[in-house]
Amino acid sequence: MNKSVEAPELQTVSRLLPEFTEMPGGLLPLLHAVQEALGFIPASAVPLVAEAMNLSRAEVHGVITYYHFFRSKAPGKHVVQVCRAEACQACGGEQLLADIEQALGCKLHETSADGLYSLEPVYCLGLCASSPAVQIDDRLYARMDKTRLARLVADIGSTS
Amino acid sequence: MITVFVPCDSAALAAGADEVVDALHKEATARGVAIDVQRNSSRGMFWLEPLVEVVTAKGRMAYGPVAFEDVPSLFDAGFLNGGTHALSLGLTDDIAYLSKQQRLTFARMGITRPLSLDDYVAHGGWVGLQKAVAVDGTDVVQTVLDSGLRGRGGAAFPAGIKWRTVRATDAAQKYVVCNADEGDSGTFSDRMTMEGDPYMLIEGMAIAGVAVGATQGYIYIRSEYPHAIATMNTAIQLAHAAGFLGDNVMGSGKAFHLHIRKAAGAYVCGEETAMLESIEGKRGIVRAKPPLPALQGLFGQPTVINNVITLASVPIIMAKGAAFYKDFGMGRSTGTLPFQITGNIKQGGLVERAFGLSLRELIYDFGGGSRSGRPIKAVQVGGPLGAYVPESQWDVPLDYEAYAALGLVVGHGGIVVHDDTANMAKLARYAMEFCALESCGKCTPCRIGSTRGMETIDRIATSANKEQ
Repeated sequence: MNKSVEAPELQTVSRLLPEFTEMPGGLLPLLHAVQEALGFIPASAVPLVAEAMNLSRAEVHGVITYYHFFRSKAPGKHVVQVCRAEACQACGGEQLLADIEQALGCKLHETSADGLYSLEPVYCLGLCASSPAVQIDDRLYARMDKTRLARLVADIGSTS
Repeated sequence: MITVFVPCDSAALAAGADEVVDALHKEATARGVAIDVQRNSSRGMFWLEPLVEVVTAKGRMAYGPVAFEDVPSLFDAGFLNGGTHALSLGLTDDIAYLSKQQRLTFARMGITRPLSLDDYVAHGGWVGLQKAVAVDGTDVVQTVLDSGLRGRGGAAFPAGIKWRTVRATDAAQKYVVCNADEGDSGTFSDRMTMEGDPYMLIEGMAIAGVAVGATQGYIYIRSEYPHAIATMNTAIQLAHAAGFLGDNVMGSGKAFHLHIRKAAGAYVCGEETAMLESIEGKRGIVRAKPPLPALQGLFGQPTVINNVITLASVPIIMAKGAAFYKDFGMGRSTGTLPFQITGNIKQGGLVERAFGLSLRELIYDFGGGSRSGRPIKAVQVGGPLGAYVPESQWDVPLDYEAYAALGLVVGHGGIVVHDDTANMAKLARYAMEFCALESCGKCTPCRIGSTRGMETIDRIATSANKEQ
């Protein structure tokens, strides 16, 4: 067995595999389980997944890279998602994004230098009647504004 | 003990509902008062969330929007006995926004606790399924056909015709797939249904299953809706344990099993064939049609595919009959549509009404005008693939045919309001940019056209070729 398979994250992947090999269309549920456990889907997991699911590595890579939700790299400690769709644009979503970029010190699709935040766009959180909306890790925030944002970022910064 | 309701819908949570619950418990303990806090679904009046309701002898009294800081003063005002407070809204049932609606599909919304089977039964749950398992599948399909129910996801195709096709096709395995990939901005009725009344969707899918002879069902839910996924998963387990799903649905000997599939953030998977590919574990790329999914759908088998609201509308149609449902609406647009008023709007929320009311009624009578207080400039109806409706057309009745005649789309009933600061050229460019980002690349008009569209809009905006 080669060295990389000994890596703890691949042990996690191996442990997850059996539940999904017999499931019809099990690849997406498996990838979700891997990302749930590790926070991302390491490239080194692709051969393992491919073999278990009886697929080619190209097929697995193709699926991972097709979907926005799947990450191939570990994100920052906190993931900040900003809705960029029309209902949020109608209530100052563009300005809010600029404010967030400034507050976190990183641009969209980037991770802040201290590794604390990853900033990502999201196209609709379903909070369109109370826009603009933001999600920080698992928490949703409606009617976000600059003042509340600053308070939230300060809170997160002080506990991290 | 006095019962206090605080919603657990995402929109309430995003407005701080959990903090309000904590504050209620803390304050009650400090004052030595016993209260029973229950988590209900949302009434869909999102500018009032968190909407706290107290059960009194006269009915439920509403207070909102309640911040956790307001809780001590609510106790001071005697809200547990319906006392008056600055946030008092009176009896919930008397709030005009609700009393002016015709809630059929959303009848339980805000009233029941989402995962309570007792609440669901007490408010008419499972009556439709009970009827469906007692008759021949053909009769169920005929009822859906007679109701005139059309696809609520946007395309408005008659649901009964799909069902009839699947029923008439022989296969060892058939499927019912619910499209819960509600990706368009300005829509949340699917999310509210899954988070707030999950058994209604389960019942609708089980009815579809027994009607067409499908024993397996899938709900494809977007990854952006973790609360909906969690609620549906629990609801399926509880419904299974109570005999509403499984090998013997309501003792009928008929089987129906339900599974959740979590999407992964590809907008195009809201298109039905791309969704099937995704459920099969592949890249969500659209399939050529024909074959129709009703003949060769999921895993190549005959498949009923409907949107959440379409399937959720079926239980009441079965329970009360096709004629009851068909009496609502106008022309070929029968029944009701849960309209979603969003964006720059003072009173954003869910308004279920029969087809035929106007956009002006929705955005002014219900919505109360723009949130910014500025004049409303344009209203997007039917999502990015719909249209921006100018003021000259705001009095046209919301009806599939009346809208189509003007090149507009009622679609899923998602309505996004923009005030006069909106830059229409920028919004048009955004729509093209979004399509370019999300195109799966299979069909040339979308793959190349969205990029060319962006370039064309840029040229118009910069007046590059303007006549001098």
